Amino acid sequence: MDFELSQDQRDLQDGIRAVLEGSLSLETSRGREGRDDVVDPKGWTALLDAGVFGLFVPESEGGVGLGLAEGVLVAEEMGRVLVPGPVLSTMALAPILDAARDGIAHGLFEAPARGATAPGLVEHPDSIHALVLLPPLEDPVTEPTLIEHGDLRYSQVLEPLDPFTPLGVLQEPYPVGVSLEGTSSPQLRQRAMVLTAGFQVGIATACVEQATAYAKGREQFGRPIGSFQAIKHLLADALCRSELARSAVYAAAVTLDDPVVATREADTLGCSVTQLQWRVVAGAKILADEAAITNARTAIQVHGGMGFTWEVPMHLFLKRARVLSSTFGTRSQLADMVAALI
Amino acid sequence: MDLRYSDEEEQFRSELRTWLSGVLPNLPPKPSSTDWPGRRAYDAQWQRLLFDAGYAGVDWPVEGGGRGASPIEQLIFKEECERVGAPYVGTGFVGLLHAGPTIIAEGTQAQRETYLAPILRGDDVWCQGFSEPSSGSDLASLRTKAVRDGDEYVINGSKIWTSHAEVADYCELLVRTGPDDSRHKGITWLIMPMKSPGIEIRPLKTIAGSTEFAELFLDDVRVPVANRVGDENDGWRVTMVTLSFERGTGFVGELLESMRILRSLTEFAKRNGSWGDPSIRRRVGTLTASFDALWALTKRNVSEAARNGVPGVGGVVFKLSFSEQGQALSELAMDLLDRAGLSASGLNGGDGLGDLPNAEYVDAWMKSISLTIAAGTSQVQRNIVAERVLGLPKEPK
Ligand SMILES: Cc1cc2nc3c(=O)[nH]c(=O)nc-3n(C[C@H](O)[C@H](O)[C@H](O)COP(=O)(O)OP(=O)(O)OC[C@H]3O[C@@H](n4cnc5c(N)ncnc54)[C@H](O)[C@@H]3O)c2cc1C
Repeated sequence: MDFELSQDQRDLQDGIRAVLEGSLSLETSRGREGRDDVVDPKGWTALLDAGVFGLFVPESEGGVGLGLAEGVLVAEEMGRVLVPGPVLSTMALAPILDAARDGIAHGLFEAPARGATAPGLVEHPDSIHALVLLPPLEDPVTEPTLIEHGDLRYSQVLEPLDPFTPLGVLQEPYPVGVSLEGTSSPQLRQRAMVLTAGFQVGIATACVEQATAYAKGREQFGRPIGSFQAIKHLLADALCRSELARSAVYAAAVTLDDPVVATREADTLGCSVTQLQWRVVAGAKILADEAAITNARTAIQVHGGMGFTWEVPMHLFLKRARVLSSTFGTRSQLADMVAALI
Repeated sequence: MDLRYSDEEEQFRSELRTWLSGVLPNLPPKPSSTDWPGRRAYDAQWQRLLFDAGYAGVDWPVEGGGRGASPIEQLIFKEECERVGAPYVGTGFVGLLHAGPTIIAEGTQAQRETYLAPILRGDDVWCQGFSEPSSGSDLASLRTKAVRDGDEYVINGSKIWTSHAEVADYCELLVRTGPDDSRHKGITWLIMPMKSPGIEIRPLKTIAGSTEFAELFLDDVRVPVANRVGDENDGWRVTMVTLSFERGTGFVGELLESMRILRSLTEFAKRNGSWGDPSIRRRVGTLTASFDALWALTKRNVSEAARNGVPGVGGVVFKLSFSEQGQALSELAMDLLDRAGLSASGLNGGDGLGDLPNAEYVDAWMKSISLTIAAGTSQVQRNIVAERVLGLPKEPK
């Protein structure tokens, strides 16, 4: 057993980081803030060239042939710089859709749970070429369906919370679409959950790093604010949240990748492999959502008034964390799910 | 990132399972928590069984008489023991986890020969005399004084919070041998036999009503210079060496126990109807997620220790997070017990289903309160994370 990243994984991490620094730094992305189409074609091509969309596609089919363990590393790097656009959904769909692995943007949409009051909001409605509709969580049997962009009826949401995540309200009844035969909805959902959680870990980590750097430089009462215990303890707690969430997310990814690991853990915990998989994936997302949201709030607090300005990007981390915590299960829904599994 | 256990590790696990399943049914019942001689005898018997089976000092190097197991095997050992409810180290804690490893690393050959084997066999119990009334978090300010007199040190002062002092044979003692203001540069590590004349032990009652720890008053206690581990005034470093033995498995037993309690709490919640309350279910779900994450973090720490010798950042992250989750768990238990939590002795539920788990949960609740105090308070741990991990500036003096 070795939880540490392998050399290949470290190289992948460095490689992606370099690509993002080159073409998708947060500064660059901010140039497209608030647009209906936040996807910068150059940045998107850089992701495609770096193999992001072919990550899970077997090498024999021209992909990179890696697993979710690598997927979360990539998602985490993207989270650190808040890569805009339907990247996670396109990644999650790549193993089942040729177009997605070729880098054609796809959205992933969960049918709202029965009795939900929130409208059916689709992310990046203008940028996606097709939308895959997942049945509600409580339905593990029905296969997902694919709806071409031309068949979608939606109205643009005027002020999306996150200026990097344009939204449309999907009009009901939803188009029927084409059933994706042979695709397991639970598997797709789990892949999306883990990738989302990886992105959240990236957000949580970036927030600790940036707030720590600020706390070292900003002086009040004649000394760096980072020498005050009140600030230290906020940041120490933030680090604990991101490190704990990271461990959970990596472990969840490996558990989905490797049936031997899943079987061993299920034996230890006295549950079935399926139960174990849902439990670790849901648990990882609970912690990652919590870490991203709370660390972003902490980062704002550490920045004082600066943190409340539009210019300082801390609010963008918080807002994206909110977007992601609302997809593929909220913390409450996932906690209910985990409780039902034990 | 590879979470598979190797064939050798699985082999280690299955042999251990077989051994545990053979030995556990024959253990005597656990003594009550207030019966100290009984507890000592019980722990000693278990340690002896481990010793005879070659499992004593799993984490000790072979040179010290231990098994020299890898950090991952240590993890498996704890996991399997907890899975079947095997006894803990109990009163053997300080000897096996602290004093023994220190003597292996820093002791003389004669000291190793004298002290190690009895610890491994369960014959000797050790206690830790570090904290003092005026030196807790700021341990380097300790004042208990040792003055050289020929071949002996003469010791005066007092220690506090000394766990298991009443039943201990030896004490790992930190004393001031340098000038009063020498702080960590003037501390010496001594082996003090607890039978030495001049030691007075005054048990302290904890909030759980037990006498888990005691105050030690040292009045002209004479300890041979030969009992010094490391050089005079070098005791701070000697102490730190032991801390570096931590392989990321420090609280694994407690973590797995918490996971077990959470499962039993779930059953209890289903029995008493509170499972219908969604807020209770969510707390259970969230705690499960947190403990699973701590389990993942443990694997990460152990892997790092296997590679680099120490668990790294994750060690202190674990301590801080586990302390808080452990307390959240016991608060949940108390909420579920409702008014049955107002007594720590057994109560009958009156629902025809027999006894309530209140005794166990109330005791666990009170003990959990020390999680954020013992072995470094959470505030001090946060300072450590902030300064050593995040590199934030130190507090001005
Ligand atoms: C159950 C239990 C068993 C123990 N067993 C042993 C044992 O066997 N041997 C032994 O030697 N010791 C033992 N201890 C002692 C333990 O190590 C100390 O209690 C601990 O280090 C704290 O010291 P203190 O109690 O003096 O509290 P203090 O240091 O006086 O702390 C009081 C409060 O002030 C805070 N504080 C202190 N310094 C700072 C700072 N720099 N920044 C912010 N806040 C600060 C603390 O966090 C705490 O909240 C045990 C303690 C417990 C609870």
